[in-house]
Amino acid sequence: MNMRGYLGRKFVQALITIFIVICMNFFLFRIMPGDPIRVLIRNPKISGEALERVREQFGLNESLLHQFFIYLKDLFSANLGTSFNYRQPVLDIVVERIPATVMLVGTATILSILIGVVLGVIFAWKRGTRLDVIGLSVSLILYSMPTFWVAIIMVMLFAVYWQIFPLGGMGMPGVQYASAWAEMISQLRHMILPTVTFALILVGEYVLIMRSSLLEVMREDYMLTARAKGVSSTNLLRRHALPNAMLPVVTLIAINLGFIVGGAIQIETVFSWPGLGRLMYTALTNRDYPVLQGLFLLVTIAVVGANFCADIIYRYLDPRVKS
Amino acid sequence: MNSALVKQETVTLWKKNFSSFWSIFRENTMGLIGLIILAIFALMAILGPYLVDISILTVDGVTQVMHPPTAGYVLGTDDLGKDILASVIIGSRVSLLVGLAATVISMVIGTLVGIVSGFYGRAVDTILMRITDVFLVIPWLPLMLVMAALLGPSLGNIIFVIGITSWAGTARIIRSQTLSIKERPYVERARAIGSGDGHIMLHHILPNVFPLIFANTVLVAAVAILSETTLSFLGMGDPTQVTWGMMLHFAFSMGAVSFGAWWWLLPPGICVVLVVLGFTFIGYALDEVLNPKLRRRDQ
Repeated sequence: MNMRGYLGRKFVQALITIFIVICMNFFLFRIMPGDPIRVLIRNPKISGEALERVREQFGLNESLLHQFFIYLKDLFSANLGTSFNYRQPVLDIVVERIPATVMLVGTATILSILIGVVLGVIFAWKRGTRLDVIGLSVSLILYSMPTFWVAIIMVMLFAVYWQIFPLGGMGMPGVQYASAWAEMISQLRHMILPTVTFALILVGEYVLIMRSSLLEVMREDYMLTARAKGVSSTNLLRRHALPNAMLPVVTLIAINLGFIVGGAIQIETVFSWPGLGRLMYTALTNRDYPVLQGLFLLVTIAVVGANFCADIIYRYLDPRVKS
Repeated sequence: MNSALVKQETVTLWKKNFSSFWSIFRENTMGLIGLIILAIFALMAILGPYLVDISILTVDGVTQVMHPPTAGYVLGTDDLGKDILASVIIGSRVSLLVGLAATVISMVIGTLVGIVSGFYGRAVDTILMRITDVFLVIPWLPLMLVMAALLGPSLGNIIFVIGITSWAGTARIIRSQTLSIKERPYVERARAIGSGDGHIMLHHILPNVFPLIFANTVLVAAVAILSETTLSFLGMGDPTQVTWGMMLHFAFSMGAVSFGAWWWLLPPGICVVLVVLGFTFIGYALDEVLNPKLRRRDQ
């Protein structure tokens, strides 16, 4: 199949997925028990007349299908509704939190991939030795830990007992910094612990996949050919093995996105990091449904989009898929 | 061929599969360690009420609150003066129950979707696999949190939410295996002697995908236990039940972290990690047993 046909098919699939998610997002919040009006008003003694007025105001007296069309129309004009809690447009609240999350998640992901690939290569090269066994066990154990629990332990160790890093947040509330430089240093200090924790949680899987992928590649015939041709060990690894072994790592980044989103919710909650994950947690505890709904939709679309991009990159990187 | 004979044949097939499986599995150290860990926790859950005096878990106003481990309270107490050790033992019951029940739901949906999709193919396959892909790509934690929040905090809802969101991977694996099995001669033979679709799926395909179902169950169970802990921690659990996740939820929201109450935060978490590790070890062992290519390679 040619590249354009493949891309077109993948694109249509991504669009269908997003449409199903939009439908789910709409109907989930309608079908589930509980009247949204009751939550919105929070006054059990409201008169029937006033209730009817609010119902009309929010378009809840229309048929479900009609409501769905209004929802779709609003989506296309980037209207995600108004937060119950903040009384602000959901989109504004969400956009405001994006930088904090991207900074944390981005740094942690890059860090974990770098460390994971290097460790994976070392373990594969020294397979069967004690180092390899210890490395594998640690990766497995890290992989079995609840993310939020690792975060709690890190806070307890480094912020409560040794007090090297602050407990959480992104900066000291109410503190006036002497200079922009001082503010940046403070932010950096706040960022280290959550970033390292996040990277620690992600790194195990990259180690495991890199190790097994490299072991797989080293068994290939072309590796034997290269060795027979007299290619040195270092070159064998760098020029022949690594480029091929890196491919599954690209796929893993895409597959992992859902996991990363889950991790962000937990880590931002424990570290009071003012990003999207913490916003989701507060929206959950306040039952702020518009924020929850908007956030869920945006995050899902972002993950679907990223998966689509990963598909393209993978095809570009691996010539075998093209033919 | 009468149906009694068919049933007997199916039973023999199951038995043969199991005994050959066990003879390889017991050679695997990792798998055995996993099995032992899980056996200990299963015993703890079953014998729980006989091991500890449940009245310790009621607040009596006599015991000291947030007390570090002492002779009387091996693992200390929480903010209400409840014994942590007793809570952990009692908590194993609901934690494991939720994990296993969710796993069963997930496996039933995954197997059903996988077999039907692979067996019928065409439009049925396309539609079911599109839905499966949606469930694979949606970030699982937000989806579970949203559903749990909308349904309200209860044990049944947590089980339902975990089960309904975690079947997609199983469905994909079972489908691809079904695709290969349905082309085998014995399926053709069964069709030739007039067996219906339901009969073929139940008596010819199901027993042959069962090893895969089994291996996958173990991995799904690990995910389910982790999910229960995480959902409860984030406040979606049933506050009237003692589970490891709820213990961590209360510990975190009552400030055990800044108080440095490690005796409250570590034990429930360690239990979760051990159970998940137990399942993962068995999963690895099963992978080796069921994947002969892998087994030969390691020798």
